[in-house]
Order: sequence, then C-alpha cells, then structure tokens
Amino acid sequence: MNTPTAAAGGLQARPRPGRPVAAVGVRPGVWLAAALVLGFLLLFMVLPVGRVFYTAFVEADGTPTVGHFVAFFSQGLMKESFLNSLYVASVSSIFAALIAVPLAYFTVRFDFRGAILIQTLGVLPLIMPPFVGAVAMQLIFGRSGSLNLLLGEWFGVTLPIMEGLNGVIFVESIHYFPFILMNLTVALRNIDGAMEEAAMNLGCRGWRLFWRVIFPLALPGFVAGASLVFVKVFDDLGTPLVLGQTNLLAPQAYLRITQVGLEDPMGYVISVIMIVFSIAAMALSARVLKGRDYATTQKGGGSIRRRRLSPLGALAAYAWIGAVLLIVLSPHLGVLLLSLAQVWSFSPLPDAYTLAHYATVFQDSSGMIKNTLLYCSLAAGLDVILGVTIAYLIFRTTLPARQWLDWIATASLAVPGIVLAIGFLRLYKGITLPGTDTLLTSTWVMIMLAYAVRRLPYALRSCVAALQQVHVSLEEAAESLGATKLRTIRRVLVPLMAGGILAGFVTSFITAAVELSATILLTSAESQAPMSYGIYLYMQSVAGRGPGAALGVLAIVVVAIGTYLSHGVVERTQSRFAPSAKEAQA
Amino acid sequence: MFKRMLVASTLAAAVFAAQAGTVTVVTSFPKELTRIYKTAFEKANPGIKVEILNKNTIQGIAYVRELPVGQRPDIFWASAPDAFEVLAGQKLLDNVAALANKAAPAKVGNYPINNPQGLYLGQALAGYGLMWNTRYMAANKLPAPHQWADLMKPVYFGHVAISSPSRSGTTHLTVETMLQGEGWDKGWHQVLQIAGNCAAVTERSFGVPDGVNNGQFGIGLVVDFFGLAGKYSGFPVEFIYPDVTAVVPANIGLVAGGKNADEAKKFIAFAVSQEGQQLLYDPKISRLPILPPEAMDGKTPKGYPNPFEIAKRAKVHFNSDLSESRYNVVSALFDQTITFRLKELQAATKAIHAAEAALAKTPNPKAAALLKEARDAAFTPVVDAGKVADREFLAVFAASKKDAAVNKRVTALEDHWNTSARQNYERAKALAEQALAR
Repeated sequence: MNTPTAAAGGLQARPRPGRPVAAVGVRPGVWLAAALVLGFLLLFMVLPVGRVFYTAFVEADGTPTVGHFVAFFSQGLMKESFLNSLYVASVSSIFAALIAVPLAYFTVRFDFRGAILIQTLGVLPLIMPPFVGAVAMQLIFGRSGSLNLLLGEWFGVTLPIMEGLNGVIFVESIHYFPFILMNLTVALRNIDGAMEEAAMNLGCRGWRLFWRVIFPLALPGFVAGASLVFVKVFDDLGTPLVLGQTNLLAPQAYLRITQVGLEDPMGYVISVIMIVFSIAAMALSARVLKGRDYATTQKGGGSIRRRRLSPLGALAAYAWIGAVLLIVLSPHLGVLLLSLAQVWSFSPLPDAYTLAHYATVFQDSSGMIKNTLLYCSLAAGLDVILGVTIAYLIFRTTLPARQWLDWIATASLAVPGIVLAIGFLRLYKGITLPGTDTLLTSTWVMIMLAYAVRRLPYALRSCVAALQQVHVSLEEAAESLGATKLRTIRRVLVPLMAGGILAGFVTSFITAAVELSATILLTSAESQAPMSYGIYLYMQSVAGRGPGAALGVLAIVVVAIGTYLSHGVVERTQSRFAPSAKEAQA
Repeated sequence: MFKRMLVASTLAAAVFAAQAGTVTVVTSFPKELTRIYKTAFEKANPGIKVEILNKNTIQGIAYVRELPVGQRPDIFWASAPDAFEVLAGQKLLDNVAALANKAAPAKVGNYPINNPQGLYLGQALAGYGLMWNTRYMAANKLPAPHQWADLMKPVYFGHVAISSPSRSGTTHLTVETMLQGEGWDKGWHQVLQIAGNCAAVTERSFGVPDGVNNGQFGIGLVVDFFGLAGKYSGFPVEFIYPDVTAVVPANIGLVAGGKNADEAKKFIAFAVSQEGQQLLYDPKISRLPILPPEAMDGKTPKGYPNPFEIAKRAKVHFNSDLSESRYNVVSALFDQTITFRLKELQAATKAIHAAEAALAKTPNPKAAALLKEARDAAFTPVVDAGKVADREFLAVFAASKKDAAVNKRVTALEDHWNTSARQNYERAKALAEQALAR
C-alpha cells in the first residue's frame, strides 16, 4: 500500500481507516483473502444461523412476513427487557473499567512483582466453568452464602449482593473485566515511550500525563475491551438465568427457543434484534475511534518507562490488587472448596473435606482434558488467523464493503449457542465424510468450528486494536527496502501485533474451554466430549456436585497453564526484536 | 425375520464394522444412573456396547430431530412425558408395546404407565413433593411443611422455590394437579399464593433441589428422587409427599431411524425387567420401580415409598386430556403472571402478609375489607374458568405460532396478561398498605 504519509510518529493526520485512500487497485491476493474469510463466515455462521432464523421472517407456509416483528414491538415486556439489558450492559462496562484500568496501569507503569500476579490471575475470572461458577458464587455471595451467613452471625445483617439486576451487574463485571484488562495492557505496552518523554519535556506530569497522553494513546485497546464487555453482557444468558432474572432480552429469547415442543418464532425475533443491536454497538464504538490516529512508530523496547514504586506506594498498590483479586477470585476459591467438600450446605465452610471427588474425576476425564486442549487451541488459532486477516483487510486495503466482514464476525456474539448448533445440524444434515459413512456433524470438527465462530469476535477485537496501533510507515519502510507484501506482513506486521494477537488467542481459547450450549448439542459420543461437557454432566445430579467442581478446578488449572505458556511464547518473540530496539536507542 | 436379521448383520459387518452392537442412548438422566445401567446391561449382554449421550431434554429432542434416518441414536430416555409426546408427534418413535413388562400394572393412580399407543414405556415412577433444608429451617425457625397449602402461610415468605411449567414437565404436572384438584379459580389462587412466597422461579427443574441442598432456598417443590438422592448423599434435607400429588412415569422409547434397533430393544426390555427395576433401589438413583413391591422379589428396602399407595391416597383423578387441551395456556399464564412478574407478586404478597398480621392483632372491619380486596386483586387469575373452557380460546394457543397472525394474537394476549398482572399486584400492594395504615 503506497499510502502517502507525513513524518513518522505521533498523532498526525493520516488517511482515515475505512475510507479509500486513492483509486489504488485492490490486489488479487486481497480478493482471495477476503473470499476465504467470507466463505468461512458464510459456511459456518451466516448460512447455519440464517437457516434457523428464517422462521422469524416467514409465515407457517413460508411466505415472508414482518408480522413476528410487529408482535415483538407490541409487547410491553420486551420493551422492559430491552431497557433492562441496556442498563445492565452499560453499568457492567463501567464497573469492569473501574476494576481493569488501574490494574492494567499498574502492570505497565510500575516495576514490581504485583504485575506478574495481575497478568496470571487477572484472566482467571474468564475461566469460570458454567454451573460450577454459579453454584460457587451462590455459596460465597448468595443469600445463604458464606459472606451473608458470617455477616448475619456477627452483625445481624445480610447484603443482597446476588439479588435483582444489581446481582447481574456484580457478577458480570467481575467476570468480564479481563476483556478490558488484557486489551488495555497490550495497548499501553505498545505506546511509544517517546510520546511520554515529549509530554514530560513539555511539563506534563501525573494525572494529566495519564489522562491527556497515555490513556488516549491506548484508547483502541480500551474501546476493544469495553465494547466487548458491553456486547457480551448485553447478550449474556447464563448469569441472569442463574440469578433468576428473566426480564432481559437474552433470557427471554432463550426461554422461548427452548420450550419443549413449542417452536416459537418470537425467540428468533429477539435473537435477530439482539444481533442488530450488537452490531450497532460495535459500529458505534468504531465511530468513537474514527478520525483519529493511534499509531506510533517505535516498537520493541521503546515503550513507556517503568518506574519503581516507593515502599508506601507499593503497599497501597498491593493492598488494592489484593482486594480486587480477592473479590474476583472468590468464585474460584468457592469452586476449590466445593471440590474438596463432602457436604457443604448452609454453612460458611464445608463440614468436612475429601479428595474422593478428584479420584472420581481422574478415572474418566483424561480424554476430556485432551479434547478441550485440542478443540480450543485449534479454534483459537483459527480465530486469530481470521482476526488478523479481517483487521488487515479493513485497515490496510481499499476493498469495497470490507467493514461488513467485521460486522458479520461480531454478530456471532449475539447468536445463542444452541441456535448455531441446530443450524450446523440442519445445514449439514446427511453430509458424510468422503469415503466413509460418518456424518460430518458427528465429528469433533463441528464442535471446534462452533467454538471458532462463537469466539471469533474476541480475537477479532484484539487484532483490530493491535493493528490500529501499528503505524503504516513501518510496513512502507519494509516494502521500500524490497520486501514483498506477504513477507512484510509475516516479518514486520504480525510480530508488531504479537501482543494483541496473543491477547486474542488467549481470550478465545479460555472462553471456548468453558463453552457449553453448543457443546451439549454437538457432542455425539462421549469419547469426543470436552471438559465443559463433563462438568455439565456431573452438575446435573446431586451426587455430582463434588466431582463437577473437581473437574472445574482441573479445567481452570489446565487453561491457566495454557495461558501462562502462551505468554512465554510471546515474551520470547518480543525479545527477538529487542536487540534492534536497543541499537536504535544507543 | 431370519432374512432380515441376515441382511442386517451383513450390513452391519460390511458398513458399521466399528459400531456393530453399539446402542446409543440419548438421556437427560445423571451419570450415576446411566453408568449403573450401562454396566449391568453390558455384563448381561456381552458383545453389546452402550454409548450414553447426555443431553438435556430440549437439546435431546433437537438432536434426534436434526439427524438423518439411519444415523440417529437408538433410544430416548427421559423424565418429561411431554417430550415423548413431541417425539411421537414428529413420528420419531417406533412401537415398543411388545417389550413391556407384563408384570407391571396398567396404571398408577389414574395415569397409564405405558403409552396407550405403545410408542414409549414407563421405566420408573416419580412423584412430586416437598423438600427442605433442615439447617436452613432451624436457622430461620421455620416449621416443616406437610401439604402444598402450607406453603401459602406467611411464615414461609421468601423461603420457597419452584420451577416453571414451561421449563419442567413435572412442574407442569404439579400445577395442573393443583388446578384439577381445587378447580381452576381456587387452584390458581393457591398457586399464586405459593408463588408469592417464592424466592425464585428457577429456569431448570434441577435448580430447585440444588438450591435447597446448598441452603440457598429453604423449601422446594421437587420430584421425589431429587429429594431422596440429596438425603442419601448426606445433605441435611428431608422430603415428603403431600396428600395431593401426581405419580407419573419417566419413560424410555425406541427412536425411529436409529442404527441398531435390535440391540436397542434388548436394552429397553432390560430396563423394564425385574432385574433392571431393582437397580432403581441404588441409593444414588433412589427412584421408584414401575413394578409393585410384591413383584420385586423382596428386594425393596425398608421404608421405601410405595408409589401405588401414594397414588391411591391422592384425591385427584388426573385427567390427562384436560391437561393436554390447555397445556400451553397454563404454561404461558404461569410465565406471564408469575415468572416474569415475580418481583411485583412478591411485593404484593409481603404487603398482604404484613396487613394480615396487623389485623390479627387489632381487628378492624374497614381494613379487613381492604385486605380482602387486596387478596382478590393479587391472587385471582387473569384468565377465568369460563374463558379457559372456551374452545375457540384454546384453539388460539394450540395453533402454530409460526403463523404471524396467530403469533400476534397470542403475544397480544400474553402482553395483556402481563400488564394486568402487574397492575393487579401493584393495586394489591397499595390496598394492603392502606389496610395496614388504618
């Protein structure tokens, strides 16, 4: 791309993304990449989902109608649900930001051990297996949870933490703040240290420096995270259902889609409306960033300077981090206790402890661990490839209607898992693997693809944010030195985006590891079941709570190790680029 | 027969070599139960493997429906009778009348154990009852309940949990039993008062026993095996059957277009045989056999409930045709006026309880009149007995909602119920507060 650019570095004017720069012809390779991405989205998302959602737009005999939508808008309950969803999503995003922004800033700005703690423990809230997490939260914060039992005993009061919409907001914000934490951390790291130096030379310090220079430069990462939290909470089903809140859009859709023997088009109507709204929210967040440039040129080692904390400052930071982590990790503590408990009922702590549940689980879950790792790493790998490609097509090419790829991919956030799974079964009905009579839909590939589609938006947001921070002049430099387009992407662009790509991979991976609704429907043999399915299976019965929690703990550990290892990979990749940066500084 | 078997076996040898003799069972039952059956069956039938696919009932139906003939699982095994009706309606079940256990009685109470058309068989019996957490009850100083009607008492406000008829076939049955036992208007009065005392209407039927086990709720309306299994697993919970209860079978059926019908039939026959029925006594399963205790070879544990006695004791003669005719109406009415308006219903109930307590101390005719008005506003169903007997009205709810005109009518009605319920509860709350102020 021969974009004419002014002098490198800084917040200078650059042709806006999303608008053709000049009448440059689109290269055939770009067309091919776009076709592949579009093909994937069509085959594994648009067509299967469309096959199911079709009911929302037709009469019983197949003639098109908007009658179902009219019926939706005439219901007071739907208006109420919409407003509730909007309220919960907005407030949750704010609280998630309040938790995440200080944590992200600490890790990047200060040189102290707490940073590693945040990096490792900060993603754990996302790895909360379904049901187990809900049970654990109730055991800790619920109306008869440890906290309230102790409060009642000591002070005679109880806190309705898990009641009503506020309960939903509480759970959602401590569950999803890592989206902001991860993306913002990466974005802060990518800021050119020269920006900070320049600001300080001009006399800018303290809060002013943070609010006027550093935070604005990291805005793509923040918006990527916050918009994900917003849309995710807006579309989230599990938390409200567990807390008994039905008057939100996602539960309303779900309750109607999953009634025995009643095909209610209203459920699909709600889903379609949620998709449209989610896309609108994403488009809006893109508009916020539009017209500004966040790219800085210096990379690798030249990021904002780390400082040492004064002893008092360190103490305060540790206290804050400790308090936040204690709250956000209490469900994990609950799961751990539950997995070791013999009986835990209406008491602050279990009556007695046992290791028997782990013994039960180890007998039959090794296959499940392997399956989870296989499906999730493939799905997350696919997601970052798609994510980087889509981000590149949007910001570095003049392909017509390229924004649509982003929107389609993002729409999958609002597609209920069960709808996607039914769509898969319906669209690929009767199609067998070539040369055998094994159904395509009864292979594990379908589960993996469902994960990839459902978790694509996470990876995509991270990749988009990462690319927005890379200045195009670096690629131009590479190209003017004779590198081909592909080589430039491989050797310059992707390494520069590595942090963001990793954040995307990790988010996709760990959230796929706890995906449930599509998993249940698409699992067609116990041998191909992942851990989330095993947990679900155990949690269906009274005697299975302990083993279910034990498997939940294993899932958390396995995914945490996976996350830790992938961080290691990125550190190594980045250190490969460090020497050149040092030379540049020298 | 021989020829068909020959063909089948050649086919199996040629094509399904890897899967020969594998019976695939789709079930919503927990692992403890399925594992015991799988082990016992495989031991009794060497060479046949059982593959258990655990899915919740709704996903199970979708899974069977979306697979092509010849690739479907072989057996569907689940609690909710309505799920089997749906499968039968979509021609997804084969006749299995020949596999029924001849020793099983035709009916439990007034409910047929096996499907009269022979499309599915009763495999275990389940009754609905009350389960409570003894620690919770002690801490909150609550007496143990005995009957459904006990749950209307003010003392239980905020301590009860129930699932919704639209989510759980057994809850639907319990609600319908109350409606048939007391009559539509009086029955709804009762249901609404119990619901007003509820802390939650859970989305999954398992959410109720789970919440009672961990002490989140005090009392739950649950299927017997949930209560019994919790007790036998060491949780501080108790379970009783109230006098008015329905006993119904959990079922097993042969899926049309499965892979291995012959082996599957053996599994079904095993599950309803005396040997298979005895497995239900395992404490981890704790379900009731379809065979009367005298046909169980003396293996019945001491003090084990006898479903046939319980069903006999029940005063209600359950009319399944009546239930069927208004199935969707009851579900929708419950959701629109209870599940989605629980907050307002709770507030009204609380205010009524408060006014009642004050009135009991200092009688006041004006306040009593206001209170009566409040109770009527809160606990009268928005659809009266006359309307629900109207065929035309029922027809609207039986028609396919895929039709936009039908959908519009149904949603308009639902919206009307929802709004009226909200207004009624708010009015009841205001009236009760007035009564209290006097």
